[in-house]
Amino acid sequence: MSVLVDKNTRVIVQGITGHQGSFHAGEMIKFGTKVVAGVSPGKGGSKFQSLDVYDTVAEAMKLSPNATMISVPAPYVKDAAFEAIDHGIKIVYILTEHVPFHDTMEIVHQARRKGITLIGPNGPGITSPFLCKIGIMPNQIFKEGDVAVASRSGTLTYEIVEAITRNGFGESTVIGLGGDPVVGLTFIDVLKMFEEDEKTKKIVLVGEIGGNNEERAAEYIKKHVSKKVVAYITGRSAPPGKRMGHAGAIIEKGVGTAESKIKAFNSAGVKVADYPWDIPGLLR
Amino acid sequence: MNLYEYMGKEIFRKYGIPVPDGYVVESASGVKKFDKPVVIKSQILLGGRGKSGGIKFAKSQADLDSGVKELLGSKIRNLTVSKVLVEEMLDIKKEIYVSIALNRAERVPMVIASSSGGVEIESVPEDKIFKTLVDPLIGYSDYIGREATNFLKLEPAIAAQFRAILSNLYRVFEKEDCELVEINPLVITGSGKLVAADAKVVMDSDSMFRHKEISIVDTEKTPLELEAQGKGYSFVELDGNIGVIANGAGLTMATLDALTLHKGKPRNFLDLGGTDNVDTVVNAFELVMKADPKAILVNIFGGVTKCDTVANGIVAAKDRLKISKPIVVRLSGVHEDEGRAILKNDGIEAFSTMLPAIERVAQIAGGN
Repeated sequence: MSVLVDKNTRVIVQGITGHQGSFHAGEMIKFGTKVVAGVSPGKGGSKFQSLDVYDTVAEAMKLSPNATMISVPAPYVKDAAFEAIDHGIKIVYILTEHVPFHDTMEIVHQARRKGITLIGPNGPGITSPFLCKIGIMPNQIFKEGDVAVASRSGTLTYEIVEAITRNGFGESTVIGLGGDPVVGLTFIDVLKMFEEDEKTKKIVLVGEIGGNNEERAAEYIKKHVSKKVVAYITGRSAPPGKRMGHAGAIIEKGVGTAESKIKAFNSAGVKVADYPWDIPGLLR
Repeated sequence: MNLYEYMGKEIFRKYGIPVPDGYVVESASGVKKFDKPVVIKSQILLGGRGKSGGIKFAKSQADLDSGVKELLGSKIRNLTVSKVLVEEMLDIKKEIYVSIALNRAERVPMVIASSSGGVEIESVPEDKIFKTLVDPLIGYSDYIGREATNFLKLEPAIAAQFRAILSNLYRVFEKEDCELVEINPLVITGSGKLVAADAKVVMDSDSMFRHKEISIVDTEKTPLELEAQGKGYSFVELDGNIGVIANGAGLTMATLDALTLHKGKPRNFLDLGGTDNVDTVVNAFELVMKADPKAILVNIFGGVTKCDTVANGIVAAKDRLKISKPIVVRLSGVHEDEGRAILKNDGIEAFSTMLPAIERVAQIAGGN
């Protein structure tokens, strides 16, 4: 069992001929992901490794993909996402950073209407070792296990996953929600999936300043989550009003502080690590 | 990206939202002949301009001339006033409030309205605020305006104007890629007209590729932050003494947090991003050195960003920029052993985990 993806997940890569798209498609194949085709408008008829590249998602549908990674420049993301959603691809992951959030809002709601799961934008994707990886997480940090991780960040997720693996644990599924103010998945969405997933025994949430995703997750945990949840929140030293790298990482009018998130988690019985490297200790 | 009031009002005018008659003045010679009482408003991106002396009233040509002269070039909380907006003084009968903002949790636009205007909406009791969510795929429907005017208990003639303004304001929010459009106050004049006395328009900086007509320097950023932005780095100046270079926004924030918990004081946030280029590292050092830190901490979790490339970048930066300040490095991930060997060769301290690197740099910068 795993969450959202497994060994039957068939992935296409929209933007496979780009710098990022081709590098990460190659890494995904090395990880064991069934990448079945690439799509790059204007590059139809070419090859990526042994895979066919098509101009349109419509043509790639003959390979029965049920997931896509979108790695196209920000101005073209909305069109690429609508293309995938309209063809009924069940999992749409957007790697691209700097997508206008008005575009993302439309993608989120179109995906919701069609029952499609949107991951990202501006996140590292999803990995279930060693069934499937869609995205850009480094292959070498994983070990199969029972810890599920959801995070708003990229590199920090790798740091924490690596620490989990090094300390003798392993991961069931790792999901990066994305660093934008508007993204497809909330912590509540993934908590629901992790709670239902038989393979997952423990849950790690990696939050950051900005918005109230963590506070809402804490309320949800109180009522609906029976599994052990631990957390790390970054940005506790960040000054208000400054965007800390991620478009969504900003304390606005007193909303979105690390203190508020830590307090909310503590009140839900979720232990919050002071440092990323303390997470494995809390899992014991 | 915050727009100046005058820019917001230009957009409002374009979308049919009534604004006071007025003009922008950049030098005393731009002042027109006085014909009616006016307000002179400093164009700076700060709330509470009035309380800081940034707004003046003029009832004569002499008032107008001296008011403009006083404000232009003056400093309000460190910002220099380079433009003022001269506007007809409104005959204010009542002030109300309307805005449209991104609701992050629901991922939709939210319409907010209140009959209490002219004060911060956060200070208005919840039961006096009308809020409704809008489906972004459907957009604005007229019933939203009817619900709002019912809630606000506006008289019919005013209500009709309000609904037109709200509908147009939604178009601004949508077409101009806004995070926030706010009219506070929306003035009901003595003659029964609704006029936007202020305009707060915040656009999504990621949408600028389709708004090339807007050119604005973000005055909330320091000169060094602007330079970094121009070079493609996420960079925030802080007030400590330890320069920080890390990769990924989350890991960079975590580095600052860990430093702070160890009594270290970060001088900056700099996200190197995903790179496999030596010059990207050198240019990052150049920015950090301009902030004159006492020591520099580099924290890399290698993936796309290879540790040996970063190590070569650090050695090159030290050489090219003649850096004599202590550099402490943590390298983990892809090619970490090679990276640490390169640094060791050059006499630079390198660790494989975060904690000893954090402790070491905090000790160096806190010492002496």
